[in-house]
Amino acid sequence: MLEILLGAVSLGTLWAVMTIGVFITYRILNIADLTVEGSIAMGAAIAARGIIMGMNPYVTTLLALIGGMAAGLVTGLLHTQLKIPALLSGILTMIALWSINLRIMGKSNISLLRMDTVYTMLENMGLNKTDAVMVLGLLFVLAIIILLYWFFGTEIGCAIRATGSNPRMVRAQGINTDSTIILGLILSNGLVAVSGALIAQSQSYSDVQMGTGAIVIGLASVIIGEVLFGTKKFFGRLLSLALGAITYRIIIALVLKMGMPANDLKLFTAITVAVALSLPVLRQYFMPLRKSFKEVE
Amino acid sequence: MLRVNNVYKTFHTGTVNEKIALYNVNMELREGDFITLIGGNGAGKSTLLNCVAGVYGVDQGTIVIDANDVTKLPEHKRASVLGRVFQDPMMGTAANMGIEENLALAYRRGQKRSLKWGITRKERNLFREQLERLELGLEDRLQDKVGLLSGGQRQALTLLMATLKKPKVLLLDEHTAALDPKTAPKVLEITEQLIQASNLTTMMVTHNMRDAIKHGNRLIMMHEGRIILDINGEEKKKLTVEDLLERFGQASGEEFANDRALLS
Repeated sequence: MLEILLGAVSLGTLWAVMTIGVFITYRILNIADLTVEGSIAMGAAIAARGIIMGMNPYVTTLLALIGGMAAGLVTGLLHTQLKIPALLSGILTMIALWSINLRIMGKSNISLLRMDTVYTMLENMGLNKTDAVMVLGLLFVLAIIILLYWFFGTEIGCAIRATGSNPRMVRAQGINTDSTIILGLILSNGLVAVSGALIAQSQSYSDVQMGTGAIVIGLASVIIGEVLFGTKKFFGRLLSLALGAITYRIIIALVLKMGMPANDLKLFTAITVAVALSLPVLRQYFMPLRKSFKEVE
Repeated sequence: MLRVNNVYKTFHTGTVNEKIALYNVNMELREGDFITLIGGNGAGKSTLLNCVAGVYGVDQGTIVIDANDVTKLPEHKRASVLGRVFQDPMMGTAANMGIEENLALAYRRGQKRSLKWGITRKERNLFREQLERLELGLEDRLQDKVGLLSGGQRQALTLLMATLKKPKVLLLDEHTAALDPKTAPKVLEITEQLIQASNLTTMMVTHNMRDAIKHGNRLIMMHEGRIILDINGEEKKKLTVEDLLERFGQASGEEFANDRALLS
């Protein structure tokens, strides 16, 4: 049981990187960006291909970052310059990435068994794989949280945050909202691709299908984090995302352990997210009910 | 300071909804001018303001601010010399950011944004001083999210943001129309105070005849996309609502039938 939990936590730290990426678009820019389904698989594809070509795993992870950023740039250009709605822009890039990812890998999946990965160094220091993933994952997540906390406090970061809140006001303050949206998408998809690269190396394979449903997992993690650990302070919000991603993995591990067939997982996640997203509406719906109960008392 | 030369603007050109919003509009604002722009619904006053701000491009004509032709410049580039307040109090500020963060964004209007901190301690003190002038108690709530403020408070904050960096032209688009009758005069008072303090060149769109007469040194009335009246100086000072209605009738050949302007 403990082993399952530890595995869930270690995987959760890797998905936390992706969750933070989703948070940037979904919460900060106020865009549901489906590019992530492609960019997470792209990160995995780049890392896997690089590693079997004998490249340094850290270098391939860096390349994954660049690849993801490029994907974000494409979505950003489609949306801001060609005026395609954000959702559709994301879908277009996502679909395009499917073919691109197959080209990167040359086949639909690559096994990384017995290859050197970013975790190998820690494993050589005597950690088992799960612990190595957890340690490195936590390091990555913390570094990213600190960096983003700094970045969103800078002039450019503030401009990006304001764009999601009120683009018209941002333009009136002399900021090009096209640039801030593109920048946000680049940042987000870069992180998502890094997450994909780390996940592929931890599970020792990369699969072109890996991104399917990723956006829903990301949203679920964002919402779980906000509901359970949410705070007002920005640093706390970033931290809550990591905790949300880990909690999501633990929940999944537990329901699988309780005997839910793995094939039903996506259905389960979709229902969880649908319920979580509709919480404000449900609350309003039940409010009068609660009121009338109180009156009866 | 601001010149609008032969500007034409038509919406939905070539469809059944075609609407001529501006027809050969010419206007010149001298430095320190405070004009009130009045007219009925669809007269083109907001369109004119938005054309100056760069929200809409013009079909023909030019817009010149302080000897720079800005006709082709996008909205965010013109913003460096323009201060703007919108009709909707929600439009001028970012609701889920703090009061000081909003002011800091406005304080950098016209500057290139970098990776420097978005707000410094020195600025905080400046913002506190400036907020004190509004007498709304906002100086003690620098960190509060703007979404927590009332419509009037938000509009006052937007005004401060628009004038924090002295704009060449201040554009006010019916900025008190959405406020309750008690708050609107207070916000207008703040407006007047800020304009006088920095001798701002201002263009204020309003549908309220009384406000249009009471404020500013010059009154421009629009009708069906054209400027039909331009009253300034002593003549403007002596103007009454009845005069204005009569002169509207003479200039347009119609009755001024707009409940919103008459009743408020």
